[in-house]
Amino acid sequence: MAAQKDTLLSGSVKDAGMGGLVAFGLFSLMIGMKTEVDIGGLAIEYRWGAVATAVAVVFFGRLLLNLFVWKSERPVTGVVSGLMPKASAFSSVAHLVTPVLFVLAVTLPFLLMYWLGARGSRQYLDLAILVTTYVMLGWGLNIVVGLAGLLDLGYVAFYAVGAYSYALLAQYFGFSFWICLPLAGILSAFWGIILGFPVLRLRGDYLAIVTLAFGEIIRVVLLNWYEFTGGPDGISGIPRPSFFGLEFTRGEGGFAAFFGLDYSSIHRIIFLYYLILILALVTNFVTMRLRKLPVGRAWEALREDEIACRSLGINTTNTKLTAFALGAMFGGFAGSFFATRQGFISPESFTFIESAVILAIVVLGGLGSQIGVVIAAVVMIGGFEFFREFEEYRMLVFGLLMVLIMVWKPRGLISTRTPSITLSKGKAKGISADLVQEGHG
Amino acid sequence: MEREPLLKVRGVETYYGKIVALRGVDIDVHEGEIVTLIGANGAGKSTLMMTICGSPQARNGSITYLGEDITNLPTHEIMRKDIAQSPEGRRIFPRMSVMENLQMGAAVADPAHFHADLERVFTLFPRLKERQEQRGGTLSGGEQQMLAIARALMGRPRLLLLDEPSLGLAPLIVKQIFDAIAELNRTDGLTVFLVEQNAYHALKLAHRGYVMVNGTITLSGTGSELLSREEVKAAYLEGGRH
Repeated sequence: MAAQKDTLLSGSVKDAGMGGLVAFGLFSLMIGMKTEVDIGGLAIEYRWGAVATAVAVVFFGRLLLNLFVWKSERPVTGVVSGLMPKASAFSSVAHLVTPVLFVLAVTLPFLLMYWLGARGSRQYLDLAILVTTYVMLGWGLNIVVGLAGLLDLGYVAFYAVGAYSYALLAQYFGFSFWICLPLAGILSAFWGIILGFPVLRLRGDYLAIVTLAFGEIIRVVLLNWYEFTGGPDGISGIPRPSFFGLEFTRGEGGFAAFFGLDYSSIHRIIFLYYLILILALVTNFVTMRLRKLPVGRAWEALREDEIACRSLGINTTNTKLTAFALGAMFGGFAGSFFATRQGFISPESFTFIESAVILAIVVLGGLGSQIGVVIAAVVMIGGFEFFREFEEYRMLVFGLLMVLIMVWKPRGLISTRTPSITLSKGKAKGISADLVQEGHG
Repeated sequence: MEREPLLKVRGVETYYGKIVALRGVDIDVHEGEIVTLIGANGAGKSTLMMTICGSPQARNGSITYLGEDITNLPTHEIMRKDIAQSPEGRRIFPRMSVMENLQMGAAVADPAHFHADLERVFTLFPRLKERQEQRGGTLSGGEQQMLAIARALMGRPRLLLLDEPSLGLAPLIVKQIFDAIAELNRTDGLTVFLVEQNAYHALKLAHRGYVMVNGTITLSGTGSELLSREEVKAAYLEGGRH
């Protein structure tokens, strides 16, 4: 036993030493020397301290990995994965998550006002509005990616179409938010169909590339059509929404005066929060209803097997186009809301990274899972803002977090899918993903 | 005067790009018959099945169902004409439950018949009733094949197209499935067009059969006739009865 321990130690040290040597060979040139601008040309600056640090990191990193993971009989990773909570542990409280989250979402402004007052709760309400916007976007994209299985990397295009529809209609025709909201939805849905037609025959990677390009095209057009969209200057002075005609202004005829309240700017924030919450809940409600209707079932079947769908008499063209159109419509609603909340939009808000974040929310939440999207949005967006003090390490932390989630739960946080039909009495049993092989089920 | 067949295939030629897959195929399937098409790998059996379903479409020739030309209709419209297909490789929906798979089969059928049809397929395949809440992907190969046939039946077809239902299944399961096909034909008068590699079982089951070689029909006749032909025995039944 002792001898074994000895060989383990000496072997590990030898291996780590070799690693250190290789690292020294590589880093002595790459890190150790740096060209600097000097009088009369370039000069080489030596940085042996940095090389020593890099080599030490490699040596000790490899030593530790050798001792505890690679050569160890009981790898630490095994112990760690044992510490990870098992899915079954959640199942007893799983059915409570949705109602609790719902009640929390509805009462959130009042809870915040009670604890923190109007001034203190402002930033948290703003964050809640942001998170809810992403929940809505996630739910909208979930129709396209989660249900219909069409990988869309350009979802932000519809968000942009919705935002610009409202901004331009308000600017050119003076339409109010409540008229523009449905119009923006319709226009976005229309653009969804326009995107849908050329990509009808594409799937997977190819579809992803075309949608990515589509998202960029929309952004570039917005950027360059200066006379119409204002280009990089964006559009400012977008009108705020009113509460059934009551503006959130001080004095006569305002919201506060009408209800006999003291004027406070927080009223408008709370109103915006409830507006996006209702929009998001409508998205969820429509999606959940559609899942039980023929078109929603056809989406899911399409995700599973397109050829089988056609052989069952399903018109796959219409099925895909409805998925694109509906997903785009909700993206457009969210875009309108974004425009009215910010009061200012520019193409900068609609870059590819937005699409990537929305897609990450959907994938991390578990494709097709509505509650998973909520949890992922809270974690992603909430966490993103929460860890602002980490600054440049924020991306690193989030990259790591996403990798960990994908290793721990490859199908996303909520991978159980509830069937839309069952003959047995009572609640339909969820079908756990654990029963089906990766990539096959 | 011969009666008009339910499905009439005349001079069908199908290409994959420039490669010819079918070189003028004639086939008749009459109401109430089980007709089988046998042939080696790559003979064009599945291509004919897919051409009947409109994907790929025939470049020349005609396909007629109940006197109506369906040659150039899109797949989903053909499948709405009392024709149902269980495609090659079963192609059930793996992440959806057995019930949902069956429901998808009835996607274009009159919803009024749903529960009666469900009873019918559960009587035919009791295993599916036991497994109704399970995911399609967790079923065994035989159960998946049963599900594929049951799903096709949920569309209340008059003509059932089956592409290699015995593929990769144990002999006992193959027998169960073929018994079920015979039962459907006997009691409901369902017309079946069966593409098979398992020539012995297929010819035993079928009223009539066709043999396809290299994109053309080389032999046709009743099931027992074909079974006794020397060419068929040599080419497809070698190695005994499997």
